[in-house]
Amino acid sequence: MNLTLHRFHGGIHPAQNKEQSTHQPIKSIPLPSQLILPVRQHSGTPAKPIVSVGDSVLKGQVIAEAVGHRSVPIHAPSSGVVSAIEDRTTSHPSGLPELCIIIDTDGLEQWCEHPNLFNKTDCQSLSDLPNEEILEHIQNSGIAGLGGAGFPTALKLYKTKHHTHTLIINGAECEPYITADDMLMRERADHVIQGAQILLHLSEAKRCLIAVEDNKPEAIRALHESLQVLKVNPAIQIVSIPTVYPSGGEKQLIKILTGEEVPTDGIPADIGVICQNVGTAAAVYRAVYFGEPLISRITTATGDAIKQPGNYEVLIGTPLPHFLEHTGYIAQQPERIIAGGSLMGFTLPELNVPLIKTSNCILAPTTSELPLNDLAMECIRCGQCVSACPQGLLPHQLYWFSKAQDHEKAEQHNIFDCIECGACSFVCPSHIPLVQYYRHTKGEIRTERLAQQKSEIARQRYENRNERLARIEAERAAAREARAKAKAEADALREKQEAEAAATASPDSQIEDLERKILAQQDRVTKAQKSHQAAQEANLDTADILFKAVEKQQTKLQQLEQELIALRNNVTQEN
Amino acid sequence: MALLTISSPHTHNNNSTTKVMLTVALATLPGLFVLTGFFGWGTLINIALASVTALAFEAATLKLRQRPVSFYLKDGSALLTALLLGLALPPFTPYWVTIVAVGFAIVFAKQLYGGLGQNPFNPAMAGYALVLVSFPVQLTTTWALSTQMSGQEVLSFAETASAIFTGLPVADAYSGATPLDVYKNLISSGTTDSAANQNTFNGWLNGGWEWANLAFLAGGLFLLYKRIITWHIPVSMLIALSLCSLIIGWDQDLYTPLSLHLLSGATMLGAFYIATDPASASTTPRGKIIYGAGVGVLLYVIRTWGTYPDAVAFAVLLMNFAAPLIDSWTQPRTYGHKKAKRGLPKAN
Repeated sequence: MNLTLHRFHGGIHPAQNKEQSTHQPIKSIPLPSQLILPVRQHSGTPAKPIVSVGDSVLKGQVIAEAVGHRSVPIHAPSSGVVSAIEDRTTSHPSGLPELCIIIDTDGLEQWCEHPNLFNKTDCQSLSDLPNEEILEHIQNSGIAGLGGAGFPTALKLYKTKHHTHTLIINGAECEPYITADDMLMRERADHVIQGAQILLHLSEAKRCLIAVEDNKPEAIRALHESLQVLKVNPAIQIVSIPTVYPSGGEKQLIKILTGEEVPTDGIPADIGVICQNVGTAAAVYRAVYFGEPLISRITTATGDAIKQPGNYEVLIGTPLPHFLEHTGYIAQQPERIIAGGSLMGFTLPELNVPLIKTSNCILAPTTSELPLNDLAMECIRCGQCVSACPQGLLPHQLYWFSKAQDHEKAEQHNIFDCIECGACSFVCPSHIPLVQYYRHTKGEIRTERLAQQKSEIARQRYENRNERLARIEAERAAAREARAKAKAEADALREKQEAEAAATASPDSQIEDLERKILAQQDRVTKAQKSHQAAQEANLDTADILFKAVEKQQTKLQQLEQELIALRNNVTQEN
Repeated sequence: MALLTISSPHTHNNNSTTKVMLTVALATLPGLFVLTGFFGWGTLINIALASVTALAFEAATLKLRQRPVSFYLKDGSALLTALLLGLALPPFTPYWVTIVAVGFAIVFAKQLYGGLGQNPFNPAMAGYALVLVSFPVQLTTTWALSTQMSGQEVLSFAETASAIFTGLPVADAYSGATPLDVYKNLISSGTTDSAANQNTFNGWLNGGWEWANLAFLAGGLFLLYKRIITWHIPVSMLIALSLCSLIIGWDQDLYTPLSLHLLSGATMLGAFYIATDPASASTTPRGKIIYGAGVGVLLYVIRTWGTYPDAVAFAVLLMNFAAPLIDSWTQPRTYGHKKAKRGLPKAN
């Protein structure tokens, strides 16, 4: 069965520099006296520590548990005592401290109980078990993608609404210098194949393609041999793909193998594809068949500043200085250590960081080997970057928009589809650090969006408040009107009654009545004057209105007084 | 202890802008040799003069702009502009015309826009167009004739230099109009029979100008091989020019024939070295095709119905105007997108 391979746009052919770290077999290094375990070694929510300072822990024991689905637990890579739980600088480009569990190892390497999946469940084969149970076992083994991004492995395999047709096991390892996957496939091809079989079973895909770049013939041969010896599922196929960077990028590899593209706002599962790294497959195999959680990995040590370049099986949490000491590192001036390869790796902010689940390579170059970037020239729009971009972007335009801070145009030119592979910078004759520009612009746009969301919420709130106030005011006004109407009706009625009463009442009682009214009115005037005075003293805007109220009350009083005088005159005249 | 932190990638293919410029310069050498072989020392002297002038103007403007002079001088772009102008100008161009052209190209068309890469117009062609419209006589009567065209030996180095630096006209026997110009004049007064009788058109590949164009074509193929340029602009430009000539100008008694369009004038120099100037040309793959085709069509139109015999400078400059628009309407389709985006960002 021959597979038709497809091409992705662009790509580059950088110097491989893989040979120097493949001369020796995978070695181990002595147990470090201390292990530093960040609670976040995967992409997603950090794990939550469940041990306390002073606790004794056994090898393989859970020391931090997953929080939610997008998280994996952390296990003790060796036995010892928890000596601290504190913030430490970790292997992250930001250099910001993160919560870490520190274990002082006791050198006994004493395992906790770690039954494999079959002993645990009393089953003979995978098909006897529900997928959920296998996935739970993988999840509890703390496995996150070992290729670099560290996405929780089990999470990718849970059923989605899309049917998976192809499982891709990524052994392309296209990045220069890194040989961790290469050596794994050469030496432990069985693990990879067995792991692939488990993943294939879980994904229920029709086929499983193990893709390896054709610059790794030994690995391809080893996989083929293992495939024949193990007589596994015939749906598993080894595919040799042409060496071109970045063929190991998830999107590019999917394009090469299936001809399909992952939608810009989607994930591979949307087009029926699941991608897992070869290291991840091997880790799944060890978890399922040996009950081993993810407590070690293969890390490449390479670069001219390292005297024994090669691949080392290291415990997760191994401090970098310990690793460098046992790989023959000779410090350079200026000192530069890259986590990852020469194209996408990031420089570590300081030496004292731990190796974590995603640490595939430690590259310590000399300046003659990887010269520091010289001063950038101006962009001459030569278009080399356009030819190199594996995403089909216009890197030179994105650079201009980034420089001009024209975020709208940058977004319209799909800056968020940039995978930061570095192909554009690699070929730029003007040596412009293009990827750095894009990262900066993406960061700015994200910040802007966040601020926009916030201000949108604030605006909404403000409008809601205004609406509410207007509604209350309207209700009040309506109530006031109703009251005034009722009062007017009542007044009219009373006046009518009073007039009737006055017509029949004696003048004396009328005078009495008026005098009572005048007294009440005088009260009102005094009250109005008081509140007017108070307003005036407080210098309030309402003072004017209150003054008018005073005048009104005084006029009423005068009217009443005149009425009284008139009434009295009438009485005197009659008498 | 803090380590050195720098942004990825940490490796580079060791190409540089200077290397790009020098490779383009290298690729013009075959053409330069042929021009010198057939038409004498004029072009070489022009290039030498233009180079010195260009470096002087570039250095002076950089100094005024308070930019690091040697850092920018070593990018080689000023020299390349001078080289292209030197190749484009007639061999007996008076020295002051060359200086004006180079000065305008470097100071106005390039540095005042912000220097390398910021120029919307091709600097060499801006300089060329300026002197062509300003000093038409000096630019049309100073073309050297090859031995095959004039029947005389070409002028010696000393005679050529003296002609250039005194600015005195060269004897008619040694200088004249270009084949394109001659042919156009002939067909307006006679027929192709009279044209064929002229020394200029005597025999196939005989005048020198065909060889110059073929040499520039060879250099252009070298640039393609070195991936300094892509095929889009030269191919679309030459195809557009050929199609125009075949469809409109099939009658050789009325129009210049295709062979003359392709192998005389600045056609190949324009197609591979001038229209492909990246800073002022379109940069998207489809955009380059449109841009190149535009240059080809304009080249034909101006050559055929315009008053100037050749039109590479005008055709390129006109398309320079259109390049930013073409670029924004010809974005390639990005991975994972159903179709390419076009035009300007939509206002929200």
